[in-house]
Amino acid sequence: MIWLIVLPLVWASLAFILGPGRGKWLAIGGLALQTVLAFDLATKIGAGGTAVGHLVGGWGAPLGIDLAADGLSAAMLLLTQCIALPLAVYASAYYKRDDAAGSYFWPLAGFLIAGLNALFLSADLFNIYVTLELLGLAAVGLVAAGGGAQQVAAALRYLFATLVGSALYLLGVALIYGAYGTVSISVLTPLVTSEAPRLVWIAGGLMLIGLMLKTALWPFHFWLPPAHGGAPAPVSALLSALVVKASFYLILRLWIGPFAPLIAAAEWLAWLPAALGTLAIFWGSWQAIRAERLKMLIAYSTVAQLGYLFLIFPLLAGAGAIQAGVMQVFAHGLAKAAIFAAAGVLIKATGQDTIAGLAGAVNRVPLTLFTFGLAGMTLMGLPPSSGFLAKWQIIEAALAQGHWPLAVIVLAGGLLAAVYVFRVLRQAFLLAPRNEEATAVSPLLEWPAFVLAAASILLGLRGVELMQLVGIVA
Amino acid sequence: MTANEWLPLAVLASSLLPGLVIFALPEGWIALRTALNLFGAIAKLALVAVLLAGVSAGEEYGVRFAVLPGLDLAFKADALGLLFVSLSAVLWLFTTLYAIGYLEGAPHRSRFFGFFSLCVTATIGIAMAANLFTFFIFYELLTLSTFPLVVHRGTDKAMRGGTIYLAYTLIGGTALLTGIVWLHHLLGHTEFAHAGIAAALGPEYAGQLQIIFLLLIAGVGVKAAIVPLHGWLPQAMVAPAPVSALLHAVAVVKAGAFGIVRIVYEVYGIEFAQSLEVLLPLAVFAAVTIVWGSFRALFQDDLKKRLAFSTVSQVSYIVLGVALFGPLGTIGGLVHLVHQGIMKITLFFCAGNYAETLGIHKVSEMNGAGRRMPLTTLAFSIGALGMMGAPLTAGAISKAWLSDGAAAAGMDWAIWVLWTSSLLNAAYFLPILWRAWFRSAPAAWPEERIAARGRRETAWLLLLPPLVTAAMTLAAAMLAESPGSPLEWAKLIAEREYRQGVTLP
Repeated sequence: MIWLIVLPLVWASLAFILGPGRGKWLAIGGLALQTVLAFDLATKIGAGGTAVGHLVGGWGAPLGIDLAADGLSAAMLLLTQCIALPLAVYASAYYKRDDAAGSYFWPLAGFLIAGLNALFLSADLFNIYVTLELLGLAAVGLVAAGGGAQQVAAALRYLFATLVGSALYLLGVALIYGAYGTVSISVLTPLVTSEAPRLVWIAGGLMLIGLMLKTALWPFHFWLPPAHGGAPAPVSALLSALVVKASFYLILRLWIGPFAPLIAAAEWLAWLPAALGTLAIFWGSWQAIRAERLKMLIAYSTVAQLGYLFLIFPLLAGAGAIQAGVMQVFAHGLAKAAIFAAAGVLIKATGQDTIAGLAGAVNRVPLTLFTFGLAGMTLMGLPPSSGFLAKWQIIEAALAQGHWPLAVIVLAGGLLAAVYVFRVLRQAFLLAPRNEEATAVSPLLEWPAFVLAAASILLGLRGVELMQLVGIVA
Repeated sequence: MTANEWLPLAVLASSLLPGLVIFALPEGWIALRTALNLFGAIAKLALVAVLLAGVSAGEEYGVRFAVLPGLDLAFKADALGLLFVSLSAVLWLFTTLYAIGYLEGAPHRSRFFGFFSLCVTATIGIAMAANLFTFFIFYELLTLSTFPLVVHRGTDKAMRGGTIYLAYTLIGGTALLTGIVWLHHLLGHTEFAHAGIAAALGPEYAGQLQIIFLLLIAGVGVKAAIVPLHGWLPQAMVAPAPVSALLHAVAVVKAGAFGIVRIVYEVYGIEFAQSLEVLLPLAVFAAVTIVWGSFRALFQDDLKKRLAFSTVSQVSYIVLGVALFGPLGTIGGLVHLVHQGIMKITLFFCAGNYAETLGIHKVSEMNGAGRRMPLTTLAFSIGALGMMGAPLTAGAISKAWLSDGAAAAGMDWAIWVLWTSSLLNAAYFLPILWRAWFRSAPAAWPEERIAARGRRETAWLLLLPPLVTAAMTLAAAMLAESPGSPLEWAKLIAEREYRQGVTLP
């Protein structure tokens, strides 16, 4: 379990020592190994039916660092490695040997993955803060690496958001420590009750707002489109598919863990994230429908798709809501990684980032357009795809608990997604002016994107194992 | 896995796998692509023949996989499903042959045939779905795989048609999904069963079930082009002729009509649907569609548009048959599912031939076409006469059973609807035949691309499919009483769908 954190740190450091632009084979090898480890962990937890723990260096809490993994974290780890591996192959072909934008991609990506894995495995609130900072700084570095003035501006905005988010979170952790004298989640969980002092409520609120800022939930989404839309394609893919999911995972983890008694005491609280999520779906989709640049369209689609994740909070009282949320995390993660990667190919092939410039792209890079279509199916929630299963589960849970407005929102959101996805596909099918020279595109760019998109579809045909795994919550 | 489990999957795979391979083929590999297409189509026919023999002997074929806990992807090849599967498999073979001839030398054929195969796979999936969840998966897959075919030419006009098609079908799909999840929530499953599953709910659910029925029928009604949900169909005419043929005879509109059959008979159950009082409104909508479609067809000068409005009208014959409470109407509706398919595909093949050979796109340009292209025009005439319900054609059989069904159900007004439609059909088809056979040809055709050589009026691959389907139109009528005909098969289905054993004349 610890190797999932150590391995990326090792290959990231080696890549840094090797110098700018090097270390891609180390990274791909390391990620392949991590993928095997994550699979192994998931099967172990799935077969055993219980969570597993690990004491780093043999020291337990409160002195040492505890690591813990249940079905939920194992699923997130699996998703992280499964997305990062194809993207690493993609990035190895994306950056030219002496491309300045790619100088520090491999070390930063390594630290990013290490931060993600550590976050999913951490069992105490302070360690989580450390992983959040590692994650945030690596992500900002990756965005800034693009080098242009716009990218740097976007990176600074992102830096501001992520630092404020972490600071709010840390403040909450400090208040919790002051109230209970511990930051271990397992120790904390039985201590917090519905009669907790007001300070604990404030702490919970601060942490929630900090994490929502990091997840870019509407109205905290302002930093996301420029950062995700402006970064190089492999970076956009990593950020949109994985990084924003980490803070969502934390919200969910705390919501059903230590803070559950507080929420049970004030049930209306659950409608706050759901209301913001609804606004995110409509606002994000609307902006995506109006966008003129391809990557901005995809970035706003992320804003919208994150909204679905927050619809599950009022449903957590009943069965199936966590499963629905995780399915949406998987669906959006795989599809968005694929679609940003495909966008990178389209931009290379057509030489421009506008949607109007895509005319006739279907004849030049058919596989990439097919990838875009498959990933688009997942985003629209059309069957067969994991996005469809996610929507099905949300709607079913909503109907089972009598919250039918949530079902209507999900269905309407799917139609809006269809509008922006087909805006792109439609343009690509138009007859192209024939005079342009077609730029050849490496198959190492096209195929990893296709693999990710295909995975998002195939998961829609068999989600049983994943749902069983997620059912094992510590 | 036993043979009874993998056979339905093999029928799906026989078009899915060739389709996926074809996507990857370079444009120039014509021989391999053609071989794959034909191999898939013939393999599918052979597999379907095995299934048909098995089902008439009482075998049961089915397989299911869990997608989520409590949610199965399930297939079954029952008598009703096989009716649609056989129609699709037979017409797919001929449409493929036709498309090979039609697209000779055209660009992007790998993409075309890839989506073409996906489209048939989706149709087969719809036919063999064993629950509404599986049905919906393939229903939406059909929407997605036909979009690239509709916009294949990439012109602005094609894009407009494609966008309208998507807008209608995706909104329809959303209504359908709403109904399915709602039903799944109430029942805990959505398995198709003889005599339906909805009756298991108590009478206090009647109101909800009526709303769900509306959602489900509106969802599939978009594809079945029931008025007022038919607006996309005439717009989708921008597609190449083989696609129009497939859309109108096999895939899209039939998928909608077939969905109505499944929902009425195997989700609600015909008797329960009657007790919910939802059949009469359905019959009224079907009747309005029949008359309105025929009426609009009168005023279309564009040949394919006239045929499109004719489809709007004819598909609702099936819906009307389903909505007539009684086995006679059921048989009429089901048999028309097949008959309309073979007749309409003949007409679209012929329309494509006129356009490809002589550049004729409009009815007003048809003067003398019969002398230049006698065989095509002969096939066209048989198809058109069939649509009018002329004796000795498949259309006559459908109309006879539908009229008997209406009389038996005590809905005499439906007979008047059928007769009105027949008159209107004659009013818009006979002038075409008159022009083609009896008016003299113009000095020059609009755009003659394929020159006549002796008795070969156009390319063989374009000529053969309409002649075969026209022959089938006649055969379906003349051999209606012999075993294995569409009519006998429809009778078999009707016997199994009505709970009390029915006595058939």
